[in-house]
Amino acid sequence: MTRAQQPKGCLAKPPVYGFDYDSGVTTMQFLLGITPWPVVSALLWLVLAVTALYFARSTAHSAIAAAARTLHRSFRLASAAVARGETHLRARNREVLLAAGREAKERVVEREFDRVADSVRKDLGQYAALHRALSESIERIETDHREAVEVPPDPPGWVSAVEAVAKIDTREGRVGVGNVLADIHKSLVKAHGEAMNLYRRASRERHRLLHAMRPEWRGVQQRLEQVGKSVSSLLERSTAIDRHMQEYEDIVHGRDRAVAILSSSSLVYFFVSALVLAVAIGGATINFSLIARPMAEMVGGTNLIGGFRTADIAALVIIMVEISMGLFLMESLRITRLFPVIGALPDKTRVRMIWITFTILFLLASVEAGLAYMREVLLQDELATSALLRGDGDATLPGEFLWITTAAQMGMGFILPFALTFVAIPLETFVHSLRTVLGLAAIGLLRFVALTLRVIGNACRYLGALLRSIYDLPLFIPLWLEQRAVPDDGLARPKRQEVTS
Amino acid sequence: MSARGSLPGAVLLALLLAVGCTPQAPVNHGVYMLLDTSGTYRQELDKAQQIIRYTLSRLDAADSFAVARIDTGSFSEKDIVAKTTLDDRPSTMNRQKRQFAETVGRFVEATQSSPYTDISGGLLQAVEFLNEKDTGRKTVLIFSDLKEDLEDGYVRDVPFELAGFDVIALNVTKLRSDNVDPNEYLGRLGEWRRRVEAAGGNFRVINDLDGLEGML
Repeated sequence: MTRAQQPKGCLAKPPVYGFDYDSGVTTMQFLLGITPWPVVSALLWLVLAVTALYFARSTAHSAIAAAARTLHRSFRLASAAVARGETHLRARNREVLLAAGREAKERVVEREFDRVADSVRKDLGQYAALHRALSESIERIETDHREAVEVPPDPPGWVSAVEAVAKIDTREGRVGVGNVLADIHKSLVKAHGEAMNLYRRASRERHRLLHAMRPEWRGVQQRLEQVGKSVSSLLERSTAIDRHMQEYEDIVHGRDRAVAILSSSSLVYFFVSALVLAVAIGGATINFSLIARPMAEMVGGTNLIGGFRTADIAALVIIMVEISMGLFLMESLRITRLFPVIGALPDKTRVRMIWITFTILFLLASVEAGLAYMREVLLQDELATSALLRGDGDATLPGEFLWITTAAQMGMGFILPFALTFVAIPLETFVHSLRTVLGLAAIGLLRFVALTLRVIGNACRYLGALLRSIYDLPLFIPLWLEQRAVPDDGLARPKRQEVTS
Repeated sequence: MSARGSLPGAVLLALLLAVGCTPQAPVNHGVYMLLDTSGTYRQELDKAQQIIRYTLSRLDAADSFAVARIDTGSFSEKDIVAKTTLDDRPSTMNRQKRQFAETVGRFVEATQSSPYTDISGGLLQAVEFLNEKDTGRKTVLIFSDLKEDLEDGYVRDVPFELAGFDVIALNVTKLRSDNVDPNEYLGRLGEWRRRVEAAGGNFRVINDLDGLEGML
């Protein structure tokens, strides 16, 4: 077969001298055998190689520089792209953070306003009654005060005249006038006594009225204190609202301080909610162990779905349904806002949904309590069977305090579904903070990748310079000769600079 | 939900259904126990009762268990003392276990010694029973001294099919003649081991009844 007739890929191999032991001549022997003297052959090869390298130096340097430059620029380009991605991600994360913070702050401010509205409705809504009570109290006080004004007794001005007439009568010897005056005096003394009695009664009445004014004063004082407290509470609320509004303003304007606070808060919320969720998972696990065993009594203990026992899956489904109902209940109560559709429902529908979810939850909790009771019954049955098979009949007797564990299991079976309802709150926090945390982690990762690419790009650049220097290392003799031969007119300098650039 | 969003959900559901509907090999356990009631070995039945209780305690839902006596002609369903396949509901399973133990207890109290010992016939019956149950694991417990004594006319040179079977000889007591010549005892064990392993089964001997933990 000729060469042209050979099929593609089946060309005859060229002779190999390197380690072709069949030919009996190694590459080294061939290289050292071009002259009768191996040393001379080696030197000859060395000179040839150095010469070839010297003449190819410029091209090799250019190739190395181009390769290094290409790698350097490629990595720099990749690094810049990653950095741009990081910038975009940071901006998006910032927007997400600010949006979440704005929403949360709006909820806080909204609640503060609700509280203010409640306070106003509760305290100032009764302002009319309060005002009326105060007016009535003041009116009563005024009336009592008016009635309590002391009226002095009439001055007995004519008494001195009677006394003067009586003295005249004695001095001039007019006896008849004296008797009349004595009667007048007597009547006058009597009238004076009656006036004094009236005065005392009036004073007693005034004291009574003044005494009756004391509770009115106290009532007025208490009502005013109440008004003062309400006003103070409103002032405190307004201060809090001012603070929240200031923070809200920072968020709306996207100030760095607000972003830093929100970012820090997100991390804290993330870890705290993760911790609470871990606790909730522990509760769900306990719940699962309570109902998985008796569930085998309902769906069988040997049926498998996807390699898992159907009873276990059924128990898990019940717990998941309970958690879902809890989520819907919390959403309907507007405690969480994971599903905007539920929050936007009309109040009437929402209230219906509250009752429906609560009823389902209650029924599931009752089922769980029954299953927990069944679990205890099954456990006792199994213990009795085991005791019978062991031949130990006494062990089947139920314990005196067995009802405690049964009741505890039933109680746990009933309470845990309701407790799991509150998982919705940390879950919402976890979901919201997870976005921020994932964004921060992605930013960190992208930053690390960008830095690594940049370092690798720079390493390629300096590696190119190093390779050129290594290339020149065996050429030190011709280079030295060249340096001696070429006058130092500055022509060599650009080359060196080119090498190190 | 959009069509794009529903596609992964549909794929996941299909995968779950595919995994859930894949037929799986049976994982249940079938145990058939042969009780030798011949001669003086009948006195050992109390120990057999202990083993049966232990076996019952180790079996779980969907496992099958049968106890049969070895007498003159053991290749018969009439020799099955008690049999059950445990229900997958725990309460029913416990009731089945208790009833099984009571049935065996009554048998141990009332059974009479048989003049002959047809171990091969009992083994054939065990194989037939366990194959019919189609359990994942198949174990035959032979509570006997392994000294076969067939009545004239009974033919038992039938080839066994014991692939996938564990045959465990329990409480293989030494006969008086074994004391005189231990080769008889060793030969008896060796012969049964050869027959079982030639049929594709695994053969074990457990004489220490305190060490039943590894039996099943």
